[in-house]
Amino acid sequence: MTLADLNPGERARVLEIKGDDEAADRLMEMGLVEDTPIQVIKFAPMGDPMEIAVRGYHLTLRKMEAANVGVEKL
Amino acid sequence: MPTEVIAPPKLRRIALAGNPNAGKTTLFNALTGMRQKVGNYPGVTVEKKEGQARLIDGAQATILDLPGTYSLTPKSPDEEVARDILLGLRADTPAPDAVLIVVDASNLERNLYLATQILELGLPSVIALNMVDVATAAGKTVDAGQLAHDLGCPVFPIIAVRGEGLDALRAELAGDLPIPNPPALDLPPALESARTQLARAIETDSDNAADVAVTSGPRGIALRLLCGNASAATVARVYGENVGRVLDEVRAQNKVRPAQESGPRYKMLGAVVTNALEQSGRELSQDFTDRADAILTHRVWGIVAFAAIVLLVFQSIYTFANLPMAWIEALQTHSQTFLSAHLPDGPLRDLLVDGVVAGVGAVLVFLPQILILFFFIGILEDSGYMARAAFIMDKTMGRVGLHGRSFIPLLSSFACAIPGVMATRTISSRRDRMTTILIAPLMSCSARLPVYTLMIGAFIPERYLFGFLSQRATVMFSMYVLGVVVAMAAAYVFKKTIFKGPPPALLLELPPYKVPAPRNVIVTMWERGSQFLIRAGTTIFALSVILWFALNYPKPSPSQLAAQPDDNARVALIARNSAAGTVGRFIEPTIAPLGYNWKIGVGLIGAMAAREVFVSTMGTVYSVGANTDEESKPLRQKLGEDHWPDGRPVWTTATAISILVYFVIAMQCVSTLAVVKRETNSWKWPIFMQVYMTGLAWIAAFIAFHGAKMFGL
Repeated sequence: MTLADLNPGERARVLEIKGDDEAADRLMEMGLVEDTPIQVIKFAPMGDPMEIAVRGYHLTLRKMEAANVGVEKL
Repeated sequence: MPTEVIAPPKLRRIALAGNPNAGKTTLFNALTGMRQKVGNYPGVTVEKKEGQARLIDGAQATILDLPGTYSLTPKSPDEEVARDILLGLRADTPAPDAVLIVVDASNLERNLYLATQILELGLPSVIALNMVDVATAAGKTVDAGQLAHDLGCPVFPIIAVRGEGLDALRAELAGDLPIPNPPALDLPPALESARTQLARAIETDSDNAADVAVTSGPRGIALRLLCGNASAATVARVYGENVGRVLDEVRAQNKVRPAQESGPRYKMLGAVVTNALEQSGRELSQDFTDRADAILTHRVWGIVAFAAIVLLVFQSIYTFANLPMAWIEALQTHSQTFLSAHLPDGPLRDLLVDGVVAGVGAVLVFLPQILILFFFIGILEDSGYMARAAFIMDKTMGRVGLHGRSFIPLLSSFACAIPGVMATRTISSRRDRMTTILIAPLMSCSARLPVYTLMIGAFIPERYLFGFLSQRATVMFSMYVLGVVVAMAAAYVFKKTIFKGPPPALLLELPPYKVPAPRNVIVTMWERGSQFLIRAGTTIFALSVILWFALNYPKPSPSQLAAQPDDNARVALIARNSAAGTVGRFIEPTIAPLGYNWKIGVGLIGAMAAREVFVSTMGTVYSVGANTDEESKPLRQKLGEDHWPDGRPVWTTATAISILVYFVIAMQCVSTLAVVKRETNSWKWPIFMQVYMTGLAWIAAFIAFHGAKMFGL
């Protein structure tokens, strides 16, 4: 399952970041590396992008980018 | 006796680095006050900010504010500049003598990602642990001593916004800073062997043996060169031929991915943070942010609040600016009266009064709106709301292929496209930034307002639709909507054609809300205001003078002038005979299909300098004196009396609508073109902009004119 499949409030652990483009690199630099715990906070009013909590701060990313983050629900 | 000349000691240059939102700007402003210099890095469109900081005992230093970045693996021109300066790769900016790294104490782990990358470069460094109050409120206690021990670098807790802890930091910066000794970073085997190989080349290459950074941080420098796109040629120039060659070799052998560094670095940081950070259960600030966001990014209320904020900004630009704009106009009129009264009659007086003062006034009058706009932008940015605006708008902007970040530059463009174009610097993707720049001038800027007011006031009768909706207000509003619709359509087309590509990642931090620092807001207003005056002022000023000559010379012969019945007729004859009048008559065939005669053509030429010049140029051409403003009755009457040679009136409602539509879409602003040239470093884009906008404007005005005529207008 991916980050994009989670609902607001759900917690998960990052398993992998798919893809090898700049967007994937940036996701990892922002702290979404293997084993990182994350939590979905909410979705924007129009349903996209989404807000997540990671490493003690809040990050927003589009569902399309979130679909490249493989996760395991906690 | 020989005199000893003591050269003044060269000021130490300290680079200020840190994540966006870490309070870098606040610290920069606090250390340097207003002693700042803003410019551009040559060759790129990245802002260069430098300032003089007074340290202790008269010691001073030059602080170089690097662009905010999350890592030293650059993904945008700003980030590239930050990396290049720290590595000494920029020919125009030598590597700094020391680095001041700002770290947000409330967001320690991610901030240390960049901080440790910098420490590994081996430059003398000091860490300013900022926002310790925010961290405390979030239930986070950072042990600065432990952190300094683990990172091998002095750490100073500060609260930049309140100036707390800055004296200790200043004292430290005045002394000799130590070379950091950061914890070792264990990399995967392939990357590790590449780093070792390149580091050895850097160390042994004789060119740089004396360089402090090279002797203390070759492994850090090697890693940055491996995980980045710096050209091997530049590297060879700075670090020696051999290093460039090894870099090429290593790059060819194994495909190094920057991401291979991320996992190990966060693992290393995990240990550092566990040691230095104590997290209690209480989270006050996140609590406040969560409660604020429960409304501000709520499904329904979030949009309502957003609309209300945009409306407030927009309304303020127009209403609060009215009074200062009236003062500036009054000042202009007084100066003109004063000059007219005290200078002898002649061309010099006319040039000063109608060319110089009128031209400078035309620029100055927009300053209040620019200042008000940047007052709000400063507050929205500093409080943390701007990221929420992007969060809310991203989906909508995404429909035409734009980034949520494009929203603010476009909003700014309603005041003036110049700050709007300058505000696109926050957009990291070049394709998105270019698209935003290309559509920004389609937003109805305040310079169009005088033209709208004149046309609507003269030709749209005041009636109330459905009993309450003002017809004039509706037409005015429609012009704004038309601009937005055309802009969105153009963006859609650009993103499908010339700037085709995958949509860029959003990935924005949503920082906790905070009270904006007044100093930051004032500095923002000051910077943007002075940039506007210098950039736009010089162009408009020069053009006003040129235009004045074009509208007044060559003069008709004295006998022709003497033959005219009155002064008004003489002014009209001068306009007709002038260079601009000649061009106006020359272009008449191309604008006649839109319902315009040569006089309107002269107005359009005048509007090239700035759109509002159309109004005063029409005044000159229709000879009611140059000090025409849109409310003047005589100009409206004169317009109605103008006829084509065959007796049809030139000015009908259809003509007015055609002009309105033309002004919404056409590119008629030399200052904007000049700024676009600066921002894109090429004449290609301003020329493209001029052609596509004016072409579209012609087509739309043609349709509007003939459509309106079919409705009998």
